[in-house]
Amino acid sequence: MTDLAGLSSVLGTWYDFRDLNNLQRLITEWIADWGPDWLASIITGVLGALGILGVIGPTLLILIWVERKVIARFQQRYGPNRVGPKGLLQPVADAVKLILKEQLAPRAADKLIFFLPPVLIFIPGVLIWGVLPFGPRMSVADLNVGVLFLLAVSGTAVLVIFMAGWSSNNKYALLGAMRAVAMSISYEVPMVLALLTLVVFSGTMSINGIVQWQQQEDVIFILLFPLSAIAFFFAASAELNRTPADISEAESEIVAGYHTEYSGMRFGLFYAVELGNTLVVSAFIATFFLGGWWLWGLDQWVPSWIILLAKTGAVYFLLIWTRGTLPRLRVDQLMGFCWKALVPATLLFVVVAFVQRTLLISEGWDTTVALPIMAVFNIALSLGAIMLFARVARPAPLRRPARIRMAGADIGGLRAAREVAARREEPQLQVGGD
Amino acid sequence: MTMSDDTRLAMQGTIEALTAGDGSEPVVVNLGPQHPSTHGVFRLKVTLDGEIVQDAEMRIGYLHRSMEKLAEERSYTQNIPFTDRIDYLAAMSNNLAYCLAAEELLGVEVPPRAQAIRVMFAELQRVASHAMANGTFINDCGAWHTPLFHMFRDRERVLDMFEMTCGARLTTNYMRIGGVAFDLPDQLLPTLEQFLADMPENIANYEALLLENEILHARARGVGVISPEMAINSSLSGPVLRATGVPWDLRKANPYCGYESYEFDVPVGEQGDCFDRFLVRMTEVKQSLRILRQVVDTLPDGPYLADVPLHARPEPGESYARVESPRGELGFYLVSDGGPAPYRFHCRPPSLINLSALKEMSIGGTLADAIVTLGSIDIVVGEIDR
Repeated sequence: MTDLAGLSSVLGTWYDFRDLNNLQRLITEWIADWGPDWLASIITGVLGALGILGVIGPTLLILIWVERKVIARFQQRYGPNRVGPKGLLQPVADAVKLILKEQLAPRAADKLIFFLPPVLIFIPGVLIWGVLPFGPRMSVADLNVGVLFLLAVSGTAVLVIFMAGWSSNNKYALLGAMRAVAMSISYEVPMVLALLTLVVFSGTMSINGIVQWQQQEDVIFILLFPLSAIAFFFAASAELNRTPADISEAESEIVAGYHTEYSGMRFGLFYAVELGNTLVVSAFIATFFLGGWWLWGLDQWVPSWIILLAKTGAVYFLLIWTRGTLPRLRVDQLMGFCWKALVPATLLFVVVAFVQRTLLISEGWDTTVALPIMAVFNIALSLGAIMLFARVARPAPLRRPARIRMAGADIGGLRAAREVAARREEPQLQVGGD
Repeated sequence: MTMSDDTRLAMQGTIEALTAGDGSEPVVVNLGPQHPSTHGVFRLKVTLDGEIVQDAEMRIGYLHRSMEKLAEERSYTQNIPFTDRIDYLAAMSNNLAYCLAAEELLGVEVPPRAQAIRVMFAELQRVASHAMANGTFINDCGAWHTPLFHMFRDRERVLDMFEMTCGARLTTNYMRIGGVAFDLPDQLLPTLEQFLADMPENIANYEALLLENEILHARARGVGVISPEMAINSSLSGPVLRATGVPWDLRKANPYCGYESYEFDVPVGEQGDCFDRFLVRMTEVKQSLRILRQVVDTLPDGPYLADVPLHARPEPGESYARVESPRGELGFYLVSDGGPAPYRFHCRPPSLINLSALKEMSIGGTLADAIVTLGSIDIVVGEIDR
């Protein structure tokens, strides 16, 4: 177990970049020498916000490049390679192009509500970063109800999306917005339930507290609650409008969904926020389920924020991977999967978490022994639940295999069709089915 | 009425439909003529109740180029390049069907080497066209272009072979009345051998990626179903018909170019849904490779073009020739009045007739299902409108 107090005594010099909080604390102390208290808190707040914006802005530009390159490799292409070394300046060129483009608005659009969403969508996208712990003491606002704040703020984005879809006066946009609202409301439930599992088990609603619990107990939550982690991952990717759940901007169906009518940098803002949200969701998945800035003591030698970024990158790669591989689910299938699969599964694990927490606290079980047993039990339960779902909840048409037979010399109409179908021999190709 | 009033009125209907509660009205949504999923300039007007398709109306003609009329002013040889542009994803098949019709009219005997070369290129074209069809179908299911690009890689190699043989990749203009325009270049057969050697592994990769993909099953199984009776009554052909279980393939039913001497099977589906169409195409590619293997092994020597006058004047009469194009039965009907140009030039495009079943297939499904069904029919708008 890591000694937090010992760690703190090593820290404290301004050049100790393992904890960027030191720099900020020195500035605060320096201001406190000559200025009022409120000035210090304002300046540190502004510094924190600027720090976050300064990090995510360039990170986004790099991530656009990374995502395009990785997807290109999935697709046997080179990806951007013309602008700058290895195409690294491609996102910059795209941004410049978008800024220079004309900003069109449909004549029949509701102007005010049409112009606001690209700006408003930034607010939740940036606010969420405030509660992300980059290190033991590195979060702009270490709220004791951080989980609640996270869910509340991320829930407001859907209102902005509906504003955009409604005011565009476009049927694709309206369909996209309605899909987005229905989906966001549905997928909030498994998201909340998955986080509730962690809150119940660790006994804290502070996000940093959840990380510190994982550090103290030497375990990451994905091992204890794998199904909650999977549910959270899928629900988050649905909230992010990424394949396989990108129904609210399904290109082949409704063109671009709620932002169909936005052109130029207005579209660019939507796009940037979407990417930023992907990054922040990856970071939160890493924080909640993969131990955040903590990595079995390595965080004493490597800056904690680099560990978090590495884990975030791993989750982000997973998101790119699913996007590059999977087709999209249909609206009703996506809703059905949420309510019939994710909600019961996460609910089950909330109950499991309650029971196991009681065993640990009230019955006083030894954590070093009990936690591995619980992890094994929960992993087995998760696998069982997944297999049960695959058996029971599979739609009827999918339970029969799809078969391809060879007609050989039989050629003709319905009679030949019946003869081929009645033939005893095995079909040449048979896929799917139970 | 200005455009904006028009849209305002349409929007009014939408808003009323949404706010009226029980007295809700369906929404008419235009897919196309410019839309990411319509594979060209084709317009589908769907009437939606929420997400459910109540009615689907097809509007065609945006790509009409008056080919049949133009062909009446040009000699029989000059008409061959037109056929490239009818179905621009299967130019070789279209060349072939037209040349067969013209040869029947002129009574030309095609040398055996030319026959084999024609089979070779028609089957290569089928591989390329099915790669495109399956790739875009998965895209319509919502995949982020990955299967499409992998399948394009195979199509690219086929197009390279076209290019080394006749100089063009898409609009090949390769077949001639009485044979083909050029003999095979020296490097073609090694390239084709390499292609045939590589393809089984590529197909195995696609099958590993796609066939057991639960999301693809959920999206395509039981969607866009059509019964064999209905398919025959609508005179559907090609993979759309075979997916319903009807074993109908002109290469077997009415062999041309010596198809009777090659061994291959006709894959048929069971359910007649989108997934079966996809599987039938996947399996047909394997059968095409099988035919290609036999063509390469038994390629005869001899002339590649019969001695036919460039501007032939056939006797008055008519002819109809049909081939199994990647999309179905492609026929050309020619009427001669003894002049240098056809009196009537008619094309029976498989896409148009297969498309006519779209309404039947998509009503009652969701909007997303209609898109997937449209993708599974594999239309080429150039062929529909001509």
